[in-house]
Order: sequence, then C-alpha cells, then structure tokens
Amino acid sequence: MSSKDNGYLVGSNLEKMLRAGHFVVTGELGPPQSADPGVIREKAALLKGYVDAVNITDNQTAIVRMSSIGAGTLVLQEGLEPVIQMTCRDRNRLAIQADLLGASALGLKNLLCLTGDHQIFGNHPTAKNVYDMDSLQMVHMVTEMRDKAIFQCGDEMKGQTAAFLVGAAAAPFADPTAFRPLRLAKKIKAGANFIQTQLVYDVKEFAKYMEKVRELGVHKEAYILAGVGPLKSPGMAKYMKNNVPGILVPDEVIDRMMEAGKEWAGKKASELSPEEKKARSKAWQTEGIQVCIDLIKDIKKIEGVAGVHIMAIEWEEAVKPIVEGAGLYPRPEVK
Amino acid sequence: MITGEQKSLEEIQSLLGDAEKVLVVGCGTCVTVCFAGGSREAQILSSSLRMASKLQNHPQNVTDVTVQRQCEWEYLDEIEKEIAEADVVLSLACGIGVQAIAEHFPNTWVVPGLNTTFLGLPVEQGIWEERCAACGDCVLGLTGGICPIARCSKSLLNGPCGGSEDGHCEIDPDVPCAWQLIYDRLTSMGRQETMLELQMPKNWQVSRDGGPRKIVREDLRLITDDTEV
Repeated sequence: MSSKDNGYLVGSNLEKMLRAGHFVVTGELGPPQSADPGVIREKAALLKGYVDAVNITDNQTAIVRMSSIGAGTLVLQEGLEPVIQMTCRDRNRLAIQADLLGASALGLKNLLCLTGDHQIFGNHPTAKNVYDMDSLQMVHMVTEMRDKAIFQCGDEMKGQTAAFLVGAAAAPFADPTAFRPLRLAKKIKAGANFIQTQLVYDVKEFAKYMEKVRELGVHKEAYILAGVGPLKSPGMAKYMKNNVPGILVPDEVIDRMMEAGKEWAGKKASELSPEEKKARSKAWQTEGIQVCIDLIKDIKKIEGVAGVHIMAIEWEEAVKPIVEGAGLYPRPEVK
Repeated sequence: MITGEQKSLEEIQSLLGDAEKVLVVGCGTCVTVCFAGGSREAQILSSSLRMASKLQNHPQNVTDVTVQRQCEWEYLDEIEKEIAEADVVLSLACGIGVQAIAEHFPNTWVVPGLNTTFLGLPVEQGIWEERCAACGDCVLGLTGGICPIARCSKSLLNGPCGGSEDGHCEIDPDVPCAWQLIYDRLTSMGRQETMLELQMPKNWQVSRDGGPRKIVREDLRLITDDTEV
C-alpha cells in the first residue's frame, strides 16, 4: 500500500500532523436529526481551516441522527477531513466491519472507536442494544483489518483493506480513577493510534493523570489529545459538574462564568428584557471562550499531550475564536 | 432463582377475556420464593379476579391450584383434571411453566400472569437483583465472581466505560457499576492484572444469539436415539 511505503499507516492529514509533531487541533461536528446535507456543509465551513480533522458523532447521546459515515463523506467533499465515530451500541461485528469497508471506500481515513452512551438516554429508550463487542475489542478488530487484512472471524480480506488511523476515547476523571491510566494503556496496547479525552476543565487533575500515563510510557506509543469545550453559561458548568459522569469542573471555572454575568446577578430570566438576556448570554459566551483558550494554553504545557480536541457541538462558531485565541491559527500544512 | 413480577390485574383480565371458568396455577419453586406466583399469590389473585369480575357484572368462576414445579411434566400430570375443566389456565409460573402447560396440554389455552424478569437473588427482604444472563460461556473466573454480562449495562468485557461515577452506572444512580465492583474485588484480592489483559469478543453463539439452546446428556438419557421403540 502506498501509504505504508511512505511510513504512514493511512496518510490522513491527522496522521501527518501528529507525526510531524504539530500541536494538533481536532473539532467535533454533530450531524442533524434530518437528511439535510446543508446543515453539514454550513458547520464544515465554520470549522474548515481551524481544525486539522473533525469528529463526526455517531448517534450522539443515543439520538438518531444522520450517520457519521454519510455526514463524514459530505464533510470530506467540503475539503475538511473527518474522524468517523463508531459506537458499539448500535452495531454488531458484521455491521461495524461492513460499514467500515464502505467508509474506507468513500475515502474516510480516521476512526474513533467508542462504547457509546446507553440508549436509555436518547430518543429510542425502548430499543434493543447491541454491545456485541466493546470499544477495546473494536480497536483491536479494526487494527487487524488494517494491518493483517483480516476480518474479526479470521478470514482474509480479499482486495483493498479498510485502513483507518484508529482512535479511542479516554475518561481521565471517571471512576475508578486509579484504573483510568491503566485502561488508557490497555486501549493503546489494543492498537489505538490516537486518544481523545473527555472534557477537561480541571488542568491540575488532568496533569496528575498525565503523570501516571507518562509513568506507563504509553504517551510515546499513541498521540493523546485533550478534550476541551467552551462553556455557554454558569448553569452549564454546574450541570456538567453535577450531572455528567467523568467531568470535573473546578469552582474557579464556575466563579469565572458567574463573574462574567455579575451585572445581571440574582435576576431570573423572566425578569430580564430580551436585550438584557442577549447581553448576558454574550458576556457568558465570551468568557466561556476565554476559559477554553486559557485551558488550552495550560494543557499545551503538559508533557505527552499531542493536541486538543475541541468539542463545541451546536456552537461551531466558537471554534474560530478559540483556535485563534490559543495561538493555534493558522493551522500548519503538511504534505 | 428465576424471578417474576405479577402483571397488572387489568392486563390479566384482558388476557382472560370473557372465559367463564378460569384456573389459576401457582408454582411452588422460584416464583414462590420471590413472592410472585406461589400458592399464596394464586389464592389472592383468584379472589381478586372473582371480585373484579363480579363488580364488572361478568362473574367468572375462578379457582386455583399450585404444583411443586410447573416446569416438569410429572407435576403437571397431577392437575390434568382441573386443567381439562378450565376455559383458560392462568399460569403464575415463569415463562417456562407457561410453556410447559401449553406443551403438555395441546387443547388448553394458557396465558401468563407474570412477567418473568431475570435470574437473580434477593439482596434484602423485598429486593431482588439480576445476577446471571445465562450467556452460555461463563466469565466469572476472570472477573472475581461478579458478572459483567448481566450486571454491566453494556455487557463490557474490558473494564468500565466512561459512565462510571461514584460506584454507580450512568443509566441510574441506583444501579451499581459492575466494573467498579469487579475492580474493587480484584484489587483487594491482588488480582488486578487480569483486568489489564485484552478480552477478545465474546462467543455469543452459545448465548441466545445462536438460537434456542439445548443440552443433551447421553449419560443420563433413558431413551437414546438408538433405542428401538
């Protein structure tokens, strides 16, 4: 395979950027709950030039959306490189492999293997779940599809193989926390080439996690991208702190968001005029973007972090000011 | 044991329809232990059905009987006469008992009075929890005696997903994270290294996914395929 001849596994822009040692920026794009390609194109236009690759979510939060492969193909047509997300929730090993053959044939080169949110959270809570395999088994399977040209059953693939740069997720702050660096190492051992973490707001805790990861030495075997995302309001910060497993939001971050809206402090939304609401929202969002920029700057200093994964779903406009503010624009070009 | 929960009176009545003679059949084994379909429950349900049907001006003749195990033919033979006289049999056994009646009495209309829920145990008086998924390829030897197939919401084999928090599963604060339990147990027993080994995709063929299952023990059979009939 030509990409192997030049030393790359797949030769995607993401792989080249990582291999070149640039501090990589990936983004996230949530496909619509419709068949409208226009939505994808609009979002892609907001991200193009500001990220090196963009994750296309796979029925995120277990809500039916345009498929990640379909949406990813549209993104690719727009000149932006997609990272296809694939969960274990909706497909068995036959469907995963078949879809990946199709994705590869369509020119998609990056894949993120996920367990997937339980379907109980989404809009089809009565659905049967699959979980034929877990994310580590998927990582191993797709690595073997690429490197050994075999299917999970062991049969040889005839003709062109499905080759992906294989990614996996990490949740540094989920429980049991002591096991998390070991689980990351296990994913890398299973074949993960890159890792994207759950949202980081607590840099101190993330630095401790990375210290353990470095002790295991696995930061040299895969590229670790830290997940970041802009906050829209103090309410969102508190919600994530209290309700989303595996996300730590330190009080300093919540305080910064509160401070940004202090002019309207103590007032309920119903007591504000539409103009005041808009102004408050704007103030919060500006601070949310600034918090994200400051997080990136701090995260960049941690040894073993190869880049950031900016999750600004349904707020793709925020990516441009974040990337610019963090001094990561323009994005380097690799051949 | 197999656990079950009684269906609502409304659903049971709709399953019985306008049958005149109803036989409620309890089971003396698992569903007795979980207070869902034993002799006591059969008596109470019969009485409720009699009262309800009377109030609705369609009085039904509802009687009850309980056998030791509905899942074995010999115990069903004991109530052959009662079953033959009924327009409808309402089985308070698990799904196995209901099917045993249907199979053993081809001319009898049988309906379930319970929803068979899971294979589990009472963790305290009045609370039962699932423990086994009967997957056909037991992994408990790898996981310290805690089943990730039955007890992890995603049946994961390689450790906890990102939804584990404070010991519980992302789906519900009342559901313990099986992998937290496994991690704690393996760690306390100095066997954490088993969690670091990559477990390959499971063989679901021996689970229900491979089709209905059957066990044949030639050493125990009285009639074999070679026996001349």
